[in-house]
Amino acid sequence: MISTAEIHRDDETSKTGMWLFLFTEMLLFGGLFIVYSVYRYRNPVAFHFAAQELSVVIGTINTIILLVSSATIAMSITAIQKKNKKLALLLLGVTILLGLAFLVNKYFEWGEHFKEHIYPGSSVLALRGQGDVLFYGLYFFMTGLHALHIIIGLVFIIVIATSILRDKIDSENHVLLENSGLYWHLVDLIWIFLFPLFYLIT
Amino acid sequence: MAENEKNHIIPYRTFLYVLAGLIALTLTSVTLTQISLGTLTVVIALIIAAIKSSFVLRIFMHLKFENKMFSRAVIGVIALLCAVITITLLDYLNR
Repeated sequence: MISTAEIHRDDETSKTGMWLFLFTEMLLFGGLFIVYSVYRYRNPVAFHFAAQELSVVIGTINTIILLVSSATIAMSITAIQKKNKKLALLLLGVTILLGLAFLVNKYFEWGEHFKEHIYPGSSVLALRGQGDVLFYGLYFFMTGLHALHIIIGLVFIIVIATSILRDKIDSENHVLLENSGLYWHLVDLIWIFLFPLFYLIT
Repeated sequence: MAENEKNHIIPYRTFLYVLAGLIALTLTSVTLTQISLGTLTVVIALIIAAIKSSFVLRIFMHLKFENKMFSRAVIGVIALLCAVITITLLDYLNR
């Protein structure tokens, strides 16, 4: 039998490893949320006015973009399980495009802030007081770290899509696709909390 | 073993329904927080965010269909985070 040449695979353990990594990510962002809560409690007025300057429209559009991209990558797993390689690749392609659209929006959003000389270390921002410095410091750091996760997620998905193209991932062996999906959903999950905290609660 | 769970195929429409629900919750959250409700705004926004994340975790991240071990571990991590947040805030509120 060729069974001796087969590589042993344990999908459950693979997913467990991914989840353990996601837990560290949750605690990382959880820590940042605590920092945000404490500084907001200590500078309620500055945080109130600074949060009003963020664009709720761009925030809402980006939230919906991420939610749709989460649904498309989740559906790509169903597609690969049903042996529909083309649809799986198409859905991953849509996910990648949506992720890029999120980053493009972020670029314009941050560009607007920079035009008004609002960025970490800016002297104009420093003149507005400690509360504003803290709000925008946390805003740029947390949304920036989140955007970095989007970029990493996109690279991960591109690698997975290439593997599907080369038939290294198929209906029998798709745990890597599931893990990339888990990562992407976590990025979505973090945004679900970032969005109300920075854009909605003023 | 976990053969049944491994072969569990979630239909496309389930994801579409959940997506529609998530978008509806987002729009509800945006609408409600634009009205000035004071502290209630924070509570509403966070409750809606919690409902949205439970959908993402259970359906998109397959927790509903996986080995219960995963759900328990996730609940453990969330409980740990909540405990740390509560203790930190109790400290700051009582200074």
